[in-house]
Amino acid sequence: MSLLDVAAAPPSLATPRNGLLTRLLRRPSALVGLLLLALIVAMAASAPLLFPDDPLDMVAQPFLWPGADPAYPLGTDMLGRDLASGIFHGARVSLLIGAVATLVSLVIGTGTGALAGYYGGRVDAVLMRLTELFQTIPPFLFALAIVAILQPSIPTITLAIGITAWPSLARLLRAEVLKLRHGELVQASIALGASDARIIALHILPNTLAPIIVSSSILVASAILTESSLAFLGLGDPNVVSWGGMVGAGREVLRTDWYVATVPGLAIVAAVLALNLLGDGLNDALDPKGERRA
Amino acid sequence: MLTARYLRRGLAQLAFVVFGIAVVNFFLLHLAPGDAAQVMAGEAGSATPEYMAALRKQFGLDQPLYIQFFQYLKNVLTFNLGYSFRQGLPVSELLLQRLPATLLLMVTSILFAVSVGSTLGFIAARHAGKAVDTAISTLALLFYATPVFWIGIMFIVVFSVGLDWLPVGGMASIEKGYTGFDHVRDVAHHLVLPAATLGLFYLAIYTRLMRASMLEVYGQDFVRTARAKGVRPRRIAARHVLRNALLPIVTTLGVQMASVLGGAILVETVFSWPGLGRLAFEALFQRDLNLLLGILFCSSIVVVLVNLAVDLLYTVLDPRIELA
Repeated sequence: MSLLDVAAAPPSLATPRNGLLTRLLRRPSALVGLLLLALIVAMAASAPLLFPDDPLDMVAQPFLWPGADPAYPLGTDMLGRDLASGIFHGARVSLLIGAVATLVSLVIGTGTGALAGYYGGRVDAVLMRLTELFQTIPPFLFALAIVAILQPSIPTITLAIGITAWPSLARLLRAEVLKLRHGELVQASIALGASDARIIALHILPNTLAPIIVSSSILVASAILTESSLAFLGLGDPNVVSWGGMVGAGREVLRTDWYVATVPGLAIVAAVLALNLLGDGLNDALDPKGERRA
Repeated sequence: MLTARYLRRGLAQLAFVVFGIAVVNFFLLHLAPGDAAQVMAGEAGSATPEYMAALRKQFGLDQPLYIQFFQYLKNVLTFNLGYSFRQGLPVSELLLQRLPATLLLMVTSILFAVSVGSTLGFIAARHAGKAVDTAISTLALLFYATPVFWIGIMFIVVFSVGLDWLPVGGMASIEKGYTGFDHVRDVAHHLVLPAATLGLFYLAIYTRLMRASMLEVYGQDFVRTARAKGVRPRRIAARHVLRNALLPIVTTLGVQMASVLGGAILVETVFSWPGLGRLAFEALFQRDLNLLLGILFCSSIVVVLVNLAVDLLYTVLDPRIELA
């Protein structure tokens, strides 16, 4: 699901970034987002220390409700696996896939958008047609087909999310580049005889950093949602624990032990909420004129 | 004249998408382990060797790749998407069977999301900065971050298992054998939870969008003029601001269509709703890759058609916009 489609149209020009953090921290929602994200990163980092055992191993009696046994604060599932351990280790998987998939989308999206916007004409027409095609194919279904065919593993899931999530970024970047392309900076560089590659790398991309940063945060959130959805349908890497997969497993025992599906779902909500709040905050902070947008 | 041009453009768009999907599907078929005939026969040796040989010949798998592609394209253009051995029916027939249920679910949840979302956004914008606004915005933010499949599961826990108000899944109580109006009511009863589940995420989007869009229009000169000449606030909100704020909503509706279809897969899986998404899940489970690719193809066509319809809606809302 692409959250980016409705995300803020971020600011067009880079703003001085000194004091960005201060500006960010002044907004309560951004502060909450940052803290939540820090908490999840800390969970991911501390998982191997706090829970050295494989989270997929059976460690206690099954169906321990949260709080029933202080050794397993979040309880255990139907196979006696520690839910807390799953949540901590799941954070690693979610963040890893979210970050790398976003990197893939960033490379494809910025590349396509920058080339289309800079060269215009036929290059633009071809690349935008391609972008439209990728926007027409339901991205989640597309990712699902890719993972199903290549067999689920962390690299294939990451790749599938990355190559289905870039179109909105490409459109956004193209619009930004179009604005810069005919601006004085680029015209002057052309007059001075700078090469296209140099202009794009030194003058255009740095000036589109603000929207790229805002989009990245939302793309990671969206990638985490997609990853958990795939895992929920059984398309997760079978060798690692994933929040979505945990919810899927908990579905089987919904009537009696609904906490098994509830707990990991809350983790997903927290992670996605954190990144969305951060994205909103970044958007406001990078946009000092405070144009109010979605 | 206008309509002719609109239709021509629509057809061109459709043709391009059909071609593009054919390329993508062909590529994916060849990416799968084993040759395309094995993939199409559903792996796991459910077809006889004779049939496999016939399949290879029919799809020209002994021919060079580009001839294979043209063969595939020809098949796709005639809506011949192969045969699903697992389901025992041609893929195209399966798709047509399941499409109506998905469309019903999509249309209901979109209508729910747009109407309730716009209303909430409208209220939030009119009371911007006040407690109502904060409450609505926080709620929207939460729904925006919640995975649809988890919302569905929580709904089942609360409304089906806990309160026993609504059915856990399915589309109708077949065992009751309802007909006529009773049947419609029965389906509606089954539709509530899936549609609300799928709708909530988009409701959040439309709430945020409506609020932002209204606030932007509020800042424009013609609104100030209206205020200056003494138009009442309620009338300004409804006639001057709301109408202009609706346009971005309609645009987003088109953009979101592909993603709604993706969400439908998850919702249908959670609620056993017998649509394309449920079919995709079955195909996934049975490793019926050809069927899965057929669903990918079919849903992309649906997205194009819906977008063309949205373009039409646009001209109704804003007569200045021409179909081109």
